[in-house]
Amino acid sequence: MAVGQINWFKFSSPATFYPLAGKLIPYFTALAVVLTVVGLYLGFFVAPTDYKQGEGYRIIFIHVPAAWMSMLIYIVMAAYAGMGLVFNTRLSSLMASALAPTGALFTFLALWTGALWGKPMWGAWWVWDARLTSELILLFLYIGFMSLKAAIDDPRRAAPASGLLAIIGVINVPIIYKSVEWWNTLHQGATIKSSGTSMETTMLTAMLVMTFAMWMYTVAVVLTRVRCEILEAERDTEWVAAELSKSS
Amino acid sequence: MKPRHKRLAFILIGLAGLGVAATLVLNALKSNLQLFYSPSELAAGAAPKERTFRLGGLVEEGSVKRGNDGLTVSFVLTDRAENVNVVFKGILPDLFKEGQGAVALGKISDDGVFMADEVLAKHDETYMPPEVAKALEQAKKSQPAAAAPINNMNGGRDI
Repeated sequence: MAVGQINWFKFSSPATFYPLAGKLIPYFTALAVVLTVVGLYLGFFVAPTDYKQGEGYRIIFIHVPAAWMSMLIYIVMAAYAGMGLVFNTRLSSLMASALAPTGALFTFLALWTGALWGKPMWGAWWVWDARLTSELILLFLYIGFMSLKAAIDDPRRAAPASGLLAIIGVINVPIIYKSVEWWNTLHQGATIKSSGTSMETTMLTAMLVMTFAMWMYTVAVVLTRVRCEILEAERDTEWVAAELSKSS
Repeated sequence: MKPRHKRLAFILIGLAGLGVAATLVLNALKSNLQLFYSPSELAAGAAPKERTFRLGGLVEEGSVKRGNDGLTVSFVLTDRAENVNVVFKGILPDLFKEGQGAVALGKISDDGVFMADEVLAKHDETYMPPEVAKALEQAKKSQPAAAAPINNMNGGRDI
């Protein structure tokens, strides 16, 4: 079988992943720019006014994609951390630490846009309901992961310690996701459900395009960051010396 | 069993254990994690009568009355089973409307009126253009049906 012949572990080596990441970054950057322009145009100019919230609802095109990405990135980060622990692959923990700042950024964005949205609609910047609180805990998990990793000098000990924290924290993601179902909250329930979507189609399209835009941005930025992480982690190797002398 | 299989099993079993622990803790804390009490819970005596708490429900249609000073508002919060009279002095959020969800923070007085210090509007998860909303409204008028329940206004339980 052809698929069986591909050596999937080839790119788990930092030395082979580094040039591959470099080649992929421009494509993801271009996709991110195009999708952001299309998504924002659809969201701000094409999507209709909401019957209840007027124009104010349009912050949803930033808020919801950012909140989705904050949860998705955490799961991916925890998966990389888990792979690092199980297979002892060097790249995995580098990917996990490259993902964390972007995840924290999106969590912060979700909380911030949520506060800006909450004040005019609900009448409060912040309420300690289950959805808002669990999302805040997600921000603390990202910050805790980054701090723990930075606090331990030896990377061979920092990676498993922070990786374990990332894996334990993954329990928070389903809690965030289901919080509006399990408890009564000020935050409204899910718009997109298995039983159907209670949103006009153009609005939904704009929201999904923005989600893909943020996704592509995440890939581009994380690949850029992981290349720095790789160079730093492998700085004593010959290939890094050759790479650096090539580019200077 | 290779060492990496052992590590994988350890992580998976650890996560499963963590999941069970989290479920138990969240179940034990269930009542503390609710943002508000429903009128039914208040009637059943579940709400702390001597302390400040949040009460959530739908603003009953036709129940909003404004006082002479222009600031005092009284309305009825309902979950279609029980009703609570609420009095509030202050500025209401824009989305506060009859037939919509609202969450009030305050204390229950001796005569059973909820004296609110803060009223927040709760909106639902539906987004649509005004024309569609209007069309739906007209369709509903010509064919009266049961009011659509707002998501988790009843704390996830069926009323």
